[in-house]
Amino acid sequence: MATEFKMPELGENIEQADVVKVLVAEGDVIKVDQTVLELETDKAAVELPSAYAGRVVKVHVKDGDQVPVGAVLLTVEEAPSEGDQKSEPVEAKVVVAEGKEPEAKEAEPTEPEAPEVEKKAPAKGPQPEGEPSRGPAPASPSVRQMARKLGIDLHQVSGSGAGGRIVVEDVQRHVRELATAATTGPIAAAGAPSLPDFGQWGPIERQRMSGIRRKTAENVSVAWRNVPQVTQYDLADITELEAARKRYRDTHPDGVKLTVTAMVLKAVVAALKAYPQCNASVDPTAGELILKRYYHIGVAVDTEHGLIVPVIRDVDRKSVLELATELDEVAERARQRKIELDQLQGGTFTITNLGGIGGTAFSPIVNFPQVAILGLARSRQEQVIRDGKAELRLMLPLCLSYDHRAVDGADGARFLIKLAGALSDPLSLILEG
Amino acid sequence: MTDQASGQTQLAVIGAGPGGYAAAFHAAELGMQVTLISQDAKPGGVCLLRGCIPSKSLLHIAKLIYEARDADGWGVKFAEPNIDLDALRSWKDSVVTKLTDGLLELCKRRNVRFVHARGRFEDSHTLRLQGASGPVEGAPERLRFEHAIVATGSLPAVPGALSVEDPRVMDSTGALALEDIPKRLLVVGGGYIGLEMGTVYAALGSEVTLVELTDGLLPGVDRDLVRALRPRLAERFKSIHLNAQVEKFEPQPEGIAATFKGQDIQPTQTFDRVLVAVGRRPASQNVGLENTQVKVNDRGFVQVDRQMRTADPAIRAIGDVVGEPMVAHKASREAKVAVEVIAGKKSEFDNVAIPAVVFTDPEVAWCGLTETQAKASGQQVKVARFPWAASGRAATLGRTDGLTKLIFDPETQRLLGMGVVGPGAGELIAEGVLAVEMAAVAADVAESIHPHPTLSETVMESAESLFGHATHLFRPKR
Repeated sequence: MATEFKMPELGENIEQADVVKVLVAEGDVIKVDQTVLELETDKAAVELPSAYAGRVVKVHVKDGDQVPVGAVLLTVEEAPSEGDQKSEPVEAKVVVAEGKEPEAKEAEPTEPEAPEVEKKAPAKGPQPEGEPSRGPAPASPSVRQMARKLGIDLHQVSGSGAGGRIVVEDVQRHVRELATAATTGPIAAAGAPSLPDFGQWGPIERQRMSGIRRKTAENVSVAWRNVPQVTQYDLADITELEAARKRYRDTHPDGVKLTVTAMVLKAVVAALKAYPQCNASVDPTAGELILKRYYHIGVAVDTEHGLIVPVIRDVDRKSVLELATELDEVAERARQRKIELDQLQGGTFTITNLGGIGGTAFSPIVNFPQVAILGLARSRQEQVIRDGKAELRLMLPLCLSYDHRAVDGADGARFLIKLAGALSDPLSLILEG
Repeated sequence: MTDQASGQTQLAVIGAGPGGYAAAFHAAELGMQVTLISQDAKPGGVCLLRGCIPSKSLLHIAKLIYEARDADGWGVKFAEPNIDLDALRSWKDSVVTKLTDGLLELCKRRNVRFVHARGRFEDSHTLRLQGASGPVEGAPERLRFEHAIVATGSLPAVPGALSVEDPRVMDSTGALALEDIPKRLLVVGGGYIGLEMGTVYAALGSEVTLVELTDGLLPGVDRDLVRALRPRLAERFKSIHLNAQVEKFEPQPEGIAATFKGQDIQPTQTFDRVLVAVGRRPASQNVGLENTQVKVNDRGFVQVDRQMRTADPAIRAIGDVVGEPMVAHKASREAKVAVEVIAGKKSEFDNVAIPAVVFTDPEVAWCGLTETQAKASGQQVKVARFPWAASGRAATLGRTDGLTKLIFDPETQRLLGMGVVGPGAGELIAEGVLAVEMAAVAADVAESIHPHPTLSETVMESAESLFGHATHLFRPKR
């Protein structure tokens, strides 16, 4: 019996995924849980295990396809038969399949020699929107044409007419709503002027943004449009912290890879506890601040596929060594694209460390809907006057961006002072942690 | 003016039926340089030359004959008609010629180059043009094109068992040629072609025997519509055999001996002529599509998306060759879409209702969702029926055997489909198409004034009956 293996639910709010690589071919025999596709969602890379065992009769997707949840990925012949479903004899058929034909399934024939499972499959080329099960939207041909020109999916428009019929005014209202509802807008910012033809000045190349790139673009755009942000800078004296770190490293050659980030994680919790408005989200409609009584901190990881921010849970309840171990593990998984989706969710604050690369300071963008993000630049030796004497100290630049709706400048400054204090006095990490 | 011998064209349209010529004309209107390639000497395709138009000319005559006969019972007696077959044939041919000449004239006026040749793709941008005997005079042998539209249509399908080399065994083309009026005619296939041509020959005096493989006439059409058609057909045809099939044909001097399989059918019978009308197949062979990237499915249909694009970026396809329903009006609409997409416009075939009409007596027509389809897919619908027994106009015509039905979404009362059986059903269905495409709801139809006394009132009253208050139909309240 032939079974259709469909794109499963991949997580909250994930409606589609890009196919990075198809790992099976028609004719292959696959097992349950065998990885059949590499996918990339808005949030992460995913290896998709098969839910069925059997022979792959047809592969419905190819590398680079964008596939919605529920779409057919593979047709799997579950019993080891020869796939002998023949089409019914063509006899005196005047059957008129009116109207239904153009609504044909989205399945796209990828291989010319592939047996036709679905008899009506459009050939190729970008498919018009629309899930197979949806009927036509209730609108007249002229309204449908108008929507097509504007690039509007009529299924997203609520009709004001009898029986939900969509009229011209409904489409116009929908367009206005799209233009103003910036929060829901994708990368294309409302009101952004259209691009000129760059080709007129020299050769260009168009490169498709990866799913991760697009999601990053969307997220930072949302944050930029919605969050009035301030960035504040300070320096933490980490001479002693660094000395302690080196001591540990030298005395534990086979120990955990203890990093500055792991220690900063611990110090940040102390500052967040002192200033809970930095571990919060703003609910502007309710006029409320949502304070979180847990400390899940996201750490930005630079991978070859793009920026990924895995979340370290319950940082307040873990020792520096535990944090360092977890951080190392999670960063490695992120680089290998093996992060689980729930490891990317639920963060309350974010740390982004560019110290390993360079730079004196930068302004990170708040990771909406969180209200604060800490950037770390490259630490350097500086002349510092201590007890009236000039001394060389190792200083770590701290860059804190925060949502001014939740955090005032004074509190931002206090947060940084608290953080810098904790970092310059490693003992406090033990005492407060 | 396009140079008739030029080896270049912006748009090549292969096939000059209602899809092909509509595409050519629309493209010319949009400023494209167009070459229309037709394997017939005149444009028009199957529809004008060997299909809709000649058959409807003959069916009109059949209607006259039967109405004259019906008048017998109303106090007007006509003598039996005297049929001059040659005159009849030339009248039918003159209708066709008038229309095809009109199309030729339109080609000239629109500056569309018309080439009488077979077009065969050599690659994705080249067609080889061949006449019946080698190159066509005055036309290039090779035509380079920027874009092409494949509109090659369809052909009658004749299964091997029914294929006999004898002029007395005809397909629809042969039947329309009207060589003679056979005394005994066998029609194989209870689809629209078999029923229409059977009606023509029966009216002209043939004894018509019809065999249909499945258990009903017009397979796939709602049964209540077909039921209303049955009595008249049964009266006019000598016999109708369902669940019956032809085993073989043997040409003999006195006629075609047919062997049948099925209940209640005499297993061997002899006929003067046989019409095989068991379906049509897409004309996707011998066009050289294998030399392009165009993909053809296992049923022979060229695969296209809603913008009529094939897998070859330079080639579009429209009409019968891309899929069911094989009807001229679908091809014409697809032609417009294909041309607009080539012109860079945002167009797509998003039609909800493609009407279908069977020109029998009574006519059967439907559009949008049918009750049969709804049942098959499990979609919930509400069906409102209005029998013509309650229509004043139908009574004046002596034709109360009709039925109008509307299919609604039970929640929104949106009109999803319509079906009609009765004289003039083909004209009535247009209102259903408009209402379905406009996403009209029951109240829209019920509250629009329809002229009295006409059959169109049955559409309004069907919609009213959804609310339980059709003026001329009483149904006890539930």
